[in-house]
Amino acid sequence: MPVITYREAIRQAIDEEMARDERVFLMGEEVARYNGAYKVSQGLLDKYGPRRVIDTPITEAGFTGIGIGAAMAGLRPIVEWMTFNFSLLALDQVINNAAKLRHMSGGQVNIPIVFRGPNGPAEYLSSQHSQALQSLYAHIPGLLVVAPATPYDAKGLLKTAIRNDNPVIFLESELMYSWQGEVPEGEYTIPLGMADVKRQGRDVTLITYSKPLKLVQETAQLLAEMGVEAEIVDLRSIRPLDEVTIYSSVKKTNRCVIVDETWPFASVASHIGWLISRNCFDYLDAPVEIVTSEDVPMPYNHRLELEVQPTVDKILRAVERVMYKQAGTFQRSGQ
Amino acid sequence: MAEKVLMIALSPTMSSGLIARWHKAEGDRVEIGDIICEVETDKATMDYESTQEGIILKQLVKEGQKAGIGEAIAIIGEPGEDISALLRDDQQRSGASSPETETKGNVIDSARDSEIDSNQGGKKAGEMEGDRRIKASPLARRLAEQGGIPLDRIKGSGPEGRIVKADVEAYTDGLKDNAGVLAADKAPLMQTAAVKTQGRQPVDEKPLARQLEGVISADKARYIPVTNKRNIIASRLSGSKYSAPHYYLTVSVAADDLIETRRHLSESTGTKVSYNALLIKYAAEALKKHPMVNATWLGDKIALFTGVDIGLAVAQPDGLITPVVRDCGNKGILAIENELKDLIEKARNNSLLPEEYQGAGFTISNLGSYGIEQFTAIINPPASAILAVGAMTKTPVVDEGGQITVKTIMKLTLSCDHRVIDGAIGAAFLKTLKEIIENPVSALY
Repeated sequence: MPVITYREAIRQAIDEEMARDERVFLMGEEVARYNGAYKVSQGLLDKYGPRRVIDTPITEAGFTGIGIGAAMAGLRPIVEWMTFNFSLLALDQVINNAAKLRHMSGGQVNIPIVFRGPNGPAEYLSSQHSQALQSLYAHIPGLLVVAPATPYDAKGLLKTAIRNDNPVIFLESELMYSWQGEVPEGEYTIPLGMADVKRQGRDVTLITYSKPLKLVQETAQLLAEMGVEAEIVDLRSIRPLDEVTIYSSVKKTNRCVIVDETWPFASVASHIGWLISRNCFDYLDAPVEIVTSEDVPMPYNHRLELEVQPTVDKILRAVERVMYKQAGTFQRSGQ
Repeated sequence: MAEKVLMIALSPTMSSGLIARWHKAEGDRVEIGDIICEVETDKATMDYESTQEGIILKQLVKEGQKAGIGEAIAIIGEPGEDISALLRDDQQRSGASSPETETKGNVIDSARDSEIDSNQGGKKAGEMEGDRRIKASPLARRLAEQGGIPLDRIKGSGPEGRIVKADVEAYTDGLKDNAGVLAADKAPLMQTAAVKTQGRQPVDEKPLARQLEGVISADKARYIPVTNKRNIIASRLSGSKYSAPHYYLTVSVAADDLIETRRHLSESTGTKVSYNALLIKYAAEALKKHPMVNATWLGDKIALFTGVDIGLAVAQPDGLITPVVRDCGNKGILAIENELKDLIEKARNNSLLPEEYQGAGFTISNLGSYGIEQFTAIINPPASAILAVGAMTKTPVVDEGGQITVKTIMKLTLSCDHRVIDGAIGAAFLKTLKEIIENPVSALY
């Protein structure tokens, strides 16, 4: 099976869907002539021309609104935000128009649109350009929120998102674009709302999605060397949320740590923590732990920048707490 | 087993008590109800009546010294018992004044033992010094309930003495070891545990059930998952059988009048009336004459039910359930029959509402149609008695005149919870029921 990057997987999904359906088009800053700020749209302008791969001015509220209008008129836009930090400028369009119009028109108007781009911290970008904003979008009824962590999941889910008749927030990550993974040739899609158990285990459930998946996999590997079998549930989509997979895993392991790179307050992690204590109460042997970014704006100092985000050590400490082990029981070798 | 004697709340407002005088010295035997010491509370000097029995192995608090509620004042047990663990426990606790050695777990642990005692002292839990609730993870609570293990028997290893899954499993394993169950299987298991411990701490203790599973070879069984309903049945029935001291009374009843009444009733009304409807009505009449049999044990009091609500055990493909006919004492047989039909139908469709199957004060289980001559049933709480109805069998009977006649005999077996229903009361109820079945007009006597 070919091994490609996450960036390439996204490009393939857009390419295939544009070839499949001529209503699909891409718009955003630098997506056309520059081939994308992160080279996701490489070659698409040459292939589909300037009517379907459109460079926009630096006006998020403007081109986001144009995208929503195009969707109302029957097209299927893919709006690229250069990063989700800039999406804040377009929040009114997204929350008040994209998320509401189907509801307010009594179902007469569909908004088949995908908003995509890199979300979450990269490196050396300081407070305003290092934000993980999924909790904000997940809060809004009417939006679907998808956050794949592997090239395979990214391609299959983006194709499904483009074909969906609702606004979909599709979260990528600058650091994930170069991640590699096997992606089969040819057509496949992955339904929204299906988590993927990335690792089977019996001792503790680690729930995560998007970029922290790698940290969680690394942690699970360390735990396995110490005799603890962690189960990794990769949510892949936040809305809709695959509660069935979450609950069946927690009911099996009785212990759960949620790893989420958002801030902790009113977050995806805290909400799932509540769902678990609500629906798996009698199966829990310990309170659910969450590992998130610290509740502060991102520091510029690189050591601090890394330290405020979820780390393997923080996840190990949380696993110790849900397993009633002394702090420091699970150590990385050399520590 | 040696246990601690704890300071209890002898007045509603006391938080500690001073031992004014010991009545029992070390080495003295104590029976339940004996006065072991006098305790000076904030209000008065009170006698401390023992709720434990055994030999005073150690006095932990001297005359003139104070002990807080829930703190150990003595250790009671049998001569020669090893009390070092209890003493260590107590020393740790009394070292609590230095913050570094404070182990909240122990304080709460000993407090827990006294929970019932101090409640009898009239103090509300909320007024206690510290939190006396038994802390247990929801999973541990569920496991303990399923295993019929009272939480206060288990020592918690989690934060603030929280009982966690591993503690319940360790307790279950301890029971197993004590009982010597599966002795042949134990050796290899212990080996596995040793290997595990050598490397890192063992992650998962095998509970008893899983160890049982270990002795079944994989090709000798197939497995079906335990449904929620099966879980409930298992935990409720084992809970009843383990906690309620059952005893059984059997009586033979001539069922000829019952058969005739049913035939007559069915013919005259045109509806088929079941024996169960008749038996429920007869039992209701007998219960009205013996209210102690329509009651439940609540630990510190007995609840006598004011209405006669009778449950009937109904088999379902995946379990059983006991729909309840309410207020049978004030209903006729036909009304009972109509309700019963409806309830049984719902039971078989799994559509009974909780209020339709909970809270029976008495239960009937009828296996007569399977040809079972007699059997003993497990009491279905909150009821304190269950009537097991056997098959009607034509039997030669020697009558009062010494003649052998053929009668239809049915055997009834009553299971009683001895905490509520003493033998004579159960027997008197069964005698009345027999009279009513054989001669229904006697219900009006």
